[in-house]
Amino acid sequence: MTLLGFFNYWVVVTLMMIGFYCVIARGNMIKKVMGLNLFQTSVFILFVSAGKVVGGSTPILRDGVEVYSNPLPHVIVLTAIVVGVAITAVGLALAVRIQEAYGTIEDDHLGDDLDDDEQG
Amino acid sequence: MVAVAVVRVRDLFAAAMLFAIYSLLSAGLFTVLDAGDVALTEAAVGAGLSTILVLAVLTLARRHEHPTGGYNWLALAVVLVTGAMLGYAAMDLPEFGNPDNPAQTHVGAHYVANTGDDMGIPNMVAAVLASYRSIDTMGEAFVIFAAALAVFALLSVRPHRGLPGVRRRRPISRRRASQRKPSP
Repeated sequence: MTLLGFFNYWVVVTLMMIGFYCVIARGNMIKKVMGLNLFQTSVFILFVSAGKVVGGSTPILRDGVEVYSNPLPHVIVLTAIVVGVAITAVGLALAVRIQEAYGTIEDDHLGDDLDDDEQG
Repeated sequence: MVAVAVVRVRDLFAAAMLFAIYSLLSAGLFTVLDAGDVALTEAAVGAGLSTILVLAVLTLARRHEHPTGGYNWLALAVVLVTGAMLGYAAMDLPEFGNPDNPAQTHVGAHYVANTGDDMGIPNMVAAVLASYRSIDTMGEAFVIFAAALAVFALLSVRPHRGLPGVRRRRPISRRRASQRKPSP
């Protein structure tokens, strides 16, 4: 039980923090979608590293290999990647619609036009 | 490091490219972690399809992000607190790569032992995805179908003069709007 045995969790937590910050702090919607993807990837790494066995190999049956890594996390991460790209597509489509309707995809600018109209 | 660069760069085109590099790096990491199928999918979907989607949106939106200036300290505090809690929680998680971990001792071993006899194909990931858990995969297909419908519904609306009461800041030329295609 060494500290290095938890290194994968540190990587996951760090990537998650970066992605989370990107989602919260960046006003641009494309950037927010990218932050969401960073967040997602950190979860993928968590799952895949949970299935890793030291000395194991890729879960494809072949001669001369005794220890395989766990295939189940790989399956769920495959599903999650594909669903993630579907979410990305929907989010970006929403961004396109907002761009068409308001002329901007910055959070901070969305209210500006409304304010102008109220004044004028 | 690349992830930090993705967040920092204001030029969205450069951010998209950096994100493709990041996806490729994570695909390499998945290969090291013995997840060949995941790595292939991540390289194709993360580095390829996502980048294309972002670039397609960038042709419609502004290329440069509006500078916000400085750091968002509240967001930073929230993120740091969350990260500290997760890091603390990670101390209780099982050690990396240990064959006696709980993840390795339940149903996973069953699939590893029986895939060859049950399915006759060597790839366990494909066997679990398409045969043992095929109903779940069908559910995934429904999710993707729903997402495709949502994208189509959002993008098939004809662009009009903005929402009622909202003045458009910069009109989009009709030519560019007609070139718009629904994303896959």
